[in-house]
Amino acid sequence: MNGFLHDFFDIPSDLQHSWIGLVGLHLREALLPVAAGLLLALPIAQLCIRFRWLYPPVLGITTVLYAVPSLAFFVVLINYTGQTELTVMIPLAVYSLVVLVPAIVDGVRSVPQETLSAATAMGFGPLRRYFQVQLPIAVPAIIAGLRVATVSSISLVSVGMLIGNQGALGNLLHDAQIYNRPELTWNSVITTALLAILVDALLVLVRVLLTPWMPSGTAGRKQAPALKDAAR
Amino acid sequence: MIRIDSVTKRYPDGTVAVDRLSLEIPDRSITVLVGPSGCGKTTTLRMINRMVEPSEGTILLDGEDIQRQPVTTLRRSMGYVIQNAGLFQHRTIVDNIATVPRMLGWGKQKARARAAELMERVGLDAALAKRYPYQLSGGQQQRVGVARALAADPPVLLMDEPFSAVDPVVRKGLQDELLRIQDELGKTIVFVTHDIDEAIKLGTMVAVMRTGGHLAQYAPPAELLSGPADAFVEDFLGGDRGIRRLSFFPSARLELTSDPVIPLDATAEQIAAPDAPYLLVTDADGRPLGWSAPRDLVAGDIRPERLLSHGRPFVPGTDSLRVALDCAVLSPTGWAVAVDTGGRVTGVVSQATIGEAIRSAHAAGRDDEKVAG
Ligand SMILES: Nc1ncnc2c1ncn2[C@@H]1O[C@H](COP(=O)(O)OP(=O)(O)OP(=O)(O)O)[C@@H](O)[C@H]1O
Ligand SMILES: [Mg+2]
Repeated sequence: MNGFLHDFFDIPSDLQHSWIGLVGLHLREALLPVAAGLLLALPIAQLCIRFRWLYPPVLGITTVLYAVPSLAFFVVLINYTGQTELTVMIPLAVYSLVVLVPAIVDGVRSVPQETLSAATAMGFGPLRRYFQVQLPIAVPAIIAGLRVATVSSISLVSVGMLIGNQGALGNLLHDAQIYNRPELTWNSVITTALLAILVDALLVLVRVLLTPWMPSGTAGRKQAPALKDAAR
Repeated sequence: MIRIDSVTKRYPDGTVAVDRLSLEIPDRSITVLVGPSGCGKTTTLRMINRMVEPSEGTILLDGEDIQRQPVTTLRRSMGYVIQNAGLFQHRTIVDNIATVPRMLGWGKQKARARAAELMERVGLDAALAKRYPYQLSGGQQQRVGVARALAADPPVLLMDEPFSAVDPVVRKGLQDELLRIQDELGKTIVFVTHDIDEAIKLGTMVAVMRTGGHLAQYAPPAELLSGPADAFVEDFLGGDRGIRRLSFFPSARLELTSDPVIPLDATAEQIAAPDAPYLLVTDADGRPLGWSAPRDLVAGDIRPERLLSHGRPFVPGTDSLRVALDCAVLSPTGWAVAVDTGGRVTGVVSQATIGEAIRSAHAAGRDDEKVAG
């Protein structure tokens, strides 16, 4: 047993990282794009809300981009950004946009008309209304989107293995083959799955902390459709 | 005073929601805008705080055009209450109420203290302060809506069908509460409803609007009931407006008689003396026990359980002629029982006497109108 565990965590030296190192790398490559995606998605979503006609084309473009296989993306990007982490992260950021823009738009639009009227009538300007009313009320929908975006991002990082070992935990798959060490495959798969579950749980916790105002019984139900939509 | 001066609102799609409307809304009273759905009530109300800008005409607040001050300043000086309250679901009750004071730059402590004070004023338990809107009933949410609108002590309160989404019992409670608060605070309230009974109950002045944004009649409720301007208003007022109008006549001047009132321990002479078909028996404290024909009463052996019910009594100082008439109609003997606020009988009055009072009140009302006109 000890021997297996030793082998399990014995990361080949060509990866230049310990197991923990790979985990850190994987998280960075997965989460930075989602963070960038969120920063981009907020203003894009706001534009889509402000100018209704903009939403369908934006949705169309992001969906088409989503349909481009990640590998094709990488191949094109290599010409510009080389075999670097950036080449992996740019497509992931784009993918997270596809999930986050609709999540934010739907979330902000779900704010009841009465609430908006009340805010306006109390003398909220448009900016104050956005940041103090619409955005906070959209938090559950935004976090539902973030959950989908991060989980898919964590699993997609592994593909980066194909472009000069930029796949963090995914690189273990490659090494498992060349060194004929199946336990490394297990390591890669299990660790990635655990990371996804942990990060997801963390986001749920953040949601619970940020939204004490949500009826606890309906919290899960309200998000379910958004999640399903986004996962499609 | 709010003065709406031949204001027209044409929406971009061409709908004329309000058509050359002129209205003078007096200070420190409740003015109700009432009318069928789509007649432009909400549009009119929203033009007062500039959530809708008029296409033509002007609105003056204390003599000054409301266009002259910054729109957010104007809105913060006007409380606004809507159907379903429109509370901020992500903020606690106390923070909801403190919204406008906080925007006006009050400190957190002061704003919260003010919120607590208002919760008490609108009849909300202080224990609800830290709750979120979803944890409140519809009626409670509506009270929070009223408290929130009052928070910065604005001189004007705009209310758009604030009580129409709650059940009739809760609605009555909220209406009574509003009248009480208004007695204490004396705001200038513009109140929109499509319920004519609510309009008549709450309004000092009632503006009846008709589809197309026209003003059909603008009058105090009693005048509306006695003299509808046209068939539309008459139809909108609905049936039995004669009876409803009696709500505006006090019952204080009704001529009461205490001849047929006898105590439980009445003597045979006391039973025989009054020349009345029925006698009202009272207990030792003077509270009514019930009616009986004199021949069914035996001196020294009057059994309260054998008496006819005395029905609901009325209080002459507080109740209207309508209540007195209702008591008489519901009484098994046709006589209404008058009591003081302590429930002691002060006399009884027959349907005929009430009818007399109604006729003279109507006559006086017509004279008043002639004088006013
Ligand atoms: N933003 C808008 N654009 C176009 N037409 C509108 C708009 N808002 C209201 N209207 C129209 O203006 C008319 C008056 O509307 P308003 O909301 O003032 O009616 P209301 O008296 O408040 O009705 P309700 O009792 O149903 O609330 C209606 O015919 C309505 O369809
Ligand atoms: Mg309306």
